[in-house]
Amino acid sequence: MSAELWYALVGVVLVAAAFGAFMAHTHLLRRLLAFNIMGTGCFLILVGLAQHKRAPDPIPQALVLTGIVVAVASTALALILFRRWFAATGRTTLPEEDDV
Amino acid sequence: MTEAFVGASLLPLAIVVPLVWAVLALVRPRRRPTFLVLPGLVSWVTICAGLWWYTSRLGVLTHVLGAWPEPLGIALRADGLGSTMALLTSVIGSACALYRLWTPIDADASEAQRWFWPLFFMLGAALNAVWLAADLFNMYVGLELLGLSAVGLVAISGRANALAAALRYLFAALLGSLAYLLGVALLYAAYGSLALSSLAALAAPDTITYVALALITAGLCLKTALFPLHAWLPPAHGVSLTPVSALLSALVVKASFVMLLRIMVGVGVTIISPSLAQGLGALGAGAIVWGGWQALRHAELKMLVAHSTVAQLGYLFVGMALLLSGSAPELAWDGLMLQLVAHALAKSAMFLASGTLIAAVGSSRVTDLSGVSRHMPLALFAFGLSGVSLMGLPPSGGFSAKWLLLQSALASGQWHWAVALIGGGALTAGYVFRVLSASFKQGTGDKFDRTPLGWDLVSLLLAAGAIVVGVVATGPLAVLRIGAPVAGVTP
Repeated sequence: MSAELWYALVGVVLVAAAFGAFMAHTHLLRRLLAFNIMGTGCFLILVGLAQHKRAPDPIPQALVLTGIVVAVASTALALILFRRWFAATGRTTLPEEDDV
Repeated sequence: MTEAFVGASLLPLAIVVPLVWAVLALVRPRRRPTFLVLPGLVSWVTICAGLWWYTSRLGVLTHVLGAWPEPLGIALRADGLGSTMALLTSVIGSACALYRLWTPIDADASEAQRWFWPLFFMLGAALNAVWLAADLFNMYVGLELLGLSAVGLVAISGRANALAAALRYLFAALLGSLAYLLGVALLYAAYGSLALSSLAALAAPDTITYVALALITAGLCLKTALFPLHAWLPPAHGVSLTPVSALLSALVVKASFVMLLRIMVGVGVTIISPSLAQGLGALGAGAIVWGGWQALRHAELKMLVAHSTVAQLGYLFVGMALLLSGSAPELAWDGLMLQLVAHALAKSAMFLASGTLIAAVGSSRVTDLSGVSRHMPLALFAFGLSGVSLMGLPPSGGFSAKWLLLQSALASGQWHWAVALIGGGALTAGYVFRVLSASFKQGTGDKFDRTPLGWDLVSLLLAAGAIVVGVVATGPLAVLRIGAPVAGVTP
């Protein structure tokens, strides 16, 4: 098995496991962590599988860099919202649907 | 300087200029932001109108940033759909901005006042980045910018229910864009290109393409709030500030839909089987019924309007099914385009009018509207006018859109969509008349707060726009056909 395929397979396992965790947990911090691990798996697939023609390829690298920036920014925004939500209500989970 | 050069230079400006105003609004926060915001709006509308004008005269415009060739460089492309959506965005954005400027400044909401304008212009730049993107990755960047600024705008009031809605929205948006990114990675692995034009030529029906398209479709449907993935939408659109609700419902959900449309008709049309396309349409029909039903029974006015958005988005997916699997795709394309434009105008008008009614009554419940018809005739008229377009009564834009979709369904022999289209109109009539009849009831109390006249004018103008689009539909439709990737559609 080539190294690229190995990266991609690890990435798939990470994405699948993290997606399961994202769906299973209700604690907002756990969901955020699951999202970050899902992102990491996604980046592994990008650099692994998408290295075209088996040579260093700048495009997936640029994609992953942008993806990391986006993930950091979204994590920061989610943390701020979560802190505000916790300060306002003292809860660590979201209320049930239709409970607006 | 040739005309084509001037037209193409407007492409980067359409993204950069709103960004500049976002930065200006961030570093120079004002207590009275009018003199900062108005020049921003004027320049934004001017550039987008210029772009639309040049596209209508010269056809598809492209611009390669910094002259770096693809695939490493970033290409922008304005076809009829892209430049029309850009113009629509600037017009509806300006209307919402004026509504916000006319809102009396609330002393304890100074922080919201401060963050609103940077996020607002960022939202405009992100929308233009999506409309004008020529490859899958620029679309991703635009979509992420859009998601982050939209979530920020939802949370801006800082109330607990707004924070919960923003968090739910953020999680849905993040999940959707990760699925999309994964799909893009697979497409790149298979074909070594991200440009829509070259993918359209290369794409073949194999497993990796199917998986990639499935991931992209699932992610973008979550972001477009297609039934049954719509649960995040009503709270996010229902609890935010009124101009924010209008922007989100009219434009933001359309961004991911337009991306999906471009990918489906560009890359997927030869690959997607008719039954899969029909499946997407079936979800759209489900959205029409479920959204309409929820709107009929919801107690709060803005939640009613938000559920109406879920229903109206369903029409877009029915149109997409007709586009991909029907025998009259040119009619479906026209209907789809008109639905995009007419719903954006009508829904922004309806949200702004609802916000005015709620401010006048001092309550967000539909039943508390009794007696409002005598005091707020203009706002109620705007609400009714936008309702006419959403129901699909002639001569509105909504009527022409649904008529074209209906013709496309009948020409393809797909009668089942006709049932959904007509039934959806009946449900829409039900919830619009529910609001109107509550407003015409004799009120017990006569205490109504005064609202700015500008609020009424803005919503009236948008609602009138939704009607006028139906009357003069041939002009915009000719532009919207420019560069359309559908067989049989020529300007």
